[in-house]
Amino acid sequence: MTTLTKDHTNPSTSFGYRARRALGGIAPHLVLLLYAVIVLFPIFMIIINSFKDRKAIFGMPFQFPNAETFSLIGYETVFERATFQIYFTNSIIVTVVALVLTLLIGAMAAFALAEYPFTGNTLLGLYLAIGIMIPIRLGTVGILELMVNFKLVNTLTGLILIYIAQALPLTIFILSQFFRQVPRDLKDAARIDGASEYRIFTLVVPLVRPALGAIGIFTMIPIWNDLWFPLVVAPGAETATVTLGVQQFLGQFVSDWNAVLSSLTLAMVPILIIYLIFSRQLIRSITQGSIK
Amino acid sequence: MATIKLQQVEKKFGDFQAVKPMDLTIQDGEFVVLLGPSGCGKTTTLRMISGLETVTTGTIMLGDRNVTWLHPSERDVAFVFQFYALYPHISARENISFPLRAQGESKDVINQRVQEVAALLRIEHLLNQRPGNLSGGDQQRVALARALVRRPEAFLMDEPLGALDADFRETMRAEIKQLHIDQNATTVYVTHDQIEAMAMGDRIVVMSEAVVQQAGSPHEVYYDPANLFVARFIGSPGMNLVSSVYSQGVVSIPGTENRYSVPDGWQTPINETLEGEGQIVLGFRPEAAQLKTDGPLSGEVYASELQGAFSVLHVNVNTDDIVHIRSDRQIDYPIGTTLRFDIDPQMVRFFDPGTEAGIKREVSQ
Repeated sequence: MTTLTKDHTNPSTSFGYRARRALGGIAPHLVLLLYAVIVLFPIFMIIINSFKDRKAIFGMPFQFPNAETFSLIGYETVFERATFQIYFTNSIIVTVVALVLTLLIGAMAAFALAEYPFTGNTLLGLYLAIGIMIPIRLGTVGILELMVNFKLVNTLTGLILIYIAQALPLTIFILSQFFRQVPRDLKDAARIDGASEYRIFTLVVPLVRPALGAIGIFTMIPIWNDLWFPLVVAPGAETATVTLGVQQFLGQFVSDWNAVLSSLTLAMVPILIIYLIFSRQLIRSITQGSIK
Repeated sequence: MATIKLQQVEKKFGDFQAVKPMDLTIQDGEFVVLLGPSGCGKTTTLRMISGLETVTTGTIMLGDRNVTWLHPSERDVAFVFQFYALYPHISARENISFPLRAQGESKDVINQRVQEVAALLRIEHLLNQRPGNLSGGDQQRVALARALVRRPEAFLMDEPLGALDADFRETMRAEIKQLHIDQNATTVYVTHDQIEAMAMGDRIVVMSEAVVQQAGSPHEVYYDPANLFVARFIGSPGMNLVSSVYSQGVVSIPGTENRYSVPDGWQTPINETLEGEGQIVLGFRPEAAQLKTDGPLSGEVYASELQGAFSVLHVNVNTDDIVHIRSDRQIDYPIGTTLRFDIDPQMVRFFDPGTEAGIKREVSQ
């Protein structure tokens, strides 16, 4: 009886308390783990099946490739077609250029909105934010007409411009919130010290690096994965992107599944690399705590 | 270095009047402290001098130049912020050299000047650190170095010691004062800490409710406060202010037997101000009270605080008013003791309760 009372007065030694604490640590991880398995499973399937021959893909889709079923036929097909390297280059150019320009233009616009109290500031901010709520694809017909008029159909420039327009609203919205958090004294100090507004901008940008990292990731993935605009605006052989290029292996009557799975696997590599660059930047910036 | 002249400078934020039209001239090489409670307009005044805030009306002269509408960078003033405002992602050295780089100075000049100010502030060993790794005091030293390195016309400091620990504040106070003596730079220093103001200022400008209450040497604002606000605000504790009645050369505290004969030189101005007799505020500093068994004033000890070198007695002179009296720390006055005291005739002051203004003594010839 006495031990029981003791347990109650000192919760840190009570079994129930310790169990609850342990569970509190494990439960979120279990949930996240389960989620990760669900999300990663299709990707895992694509990768293992890309290394199997055609029969094994359909016969034993859940098995790892073994000595009997292992085959690189898909990759061979992909690399034999010279056009596929063009698709890759196109995808990388479009993604990287759109990303860099989005971050640059978005950061400048956000800085202006956060920093200068000009007339119509709020209104302009709202106008720019509307794009978050309206999917750009609703404007496809108009955009296509515009592209035709500007002779930008079947050019990478056309795609890049569309993607910048697609990403800017959210970028500006998020970054302007971050710029507002940068202490006013910092900018005032630079102003007194004779820095130009451009110099102040470059001084403040490193302070919102975590936001830039996050936005970089959110901007880049939809661009890389997009099928819609390449199909509508730039379907030509010279300007097709990877997602569009994969389609040539999917026929009405015959689909080359080896090639499809291989090219999809290959398509993951560049985006993973860019992701790693940004996420590392993001984590480093957060741990450094550059904004006080 | 230059003089700073504010002429009828005013600042409004919408309907709110942050600074009512004020005139102030700061001499070349002078250390002026803007002192007041928060929201009194002192920081706004400083920011207007720097150009970070525009004036609503009025003119600001820096030396011979009218800088009223110049951009902060064109005014050639340096600003030291309360929270240092160092750029966190670059080293102390780069922070200090920032103004010079912004002005496009050559590398040799930059290196030499950074080395000079770093030596002056004894922070040479910290130059390669980032601000985040430095203590508050060292961060403020770096911020001071960044201001000094420019050799500006004037230094503007906005509560530079406000974010520091108490013991460190005293060290930095002496360092800033020493720097000022070294450089003889025109300095405007904003603080709400009257001890800091007294310790550092050549001249103190006391502000309250958007208005300059008094501008004068620390001695003047302490001993001759221009009005009740200054009398209360300066000193720790502030001046004792007792509502009294004046009649025919005698000040009496209502409801008590306390009578105080007005010293020479005061009668005429008091008579003029009050037109014969009326309500008056009797003011005296805690150290102006002299405990004497035959003193004309008396009160009961309400509390006693040992402050180290001396004690402060809280004494009830009537039911409403408690005055502070500084006394010898070695003599114990139990609570409830009745004390008699006199006021040093040189240190007594009188105020008109209607206008709250201090009454000026006749200049004795």
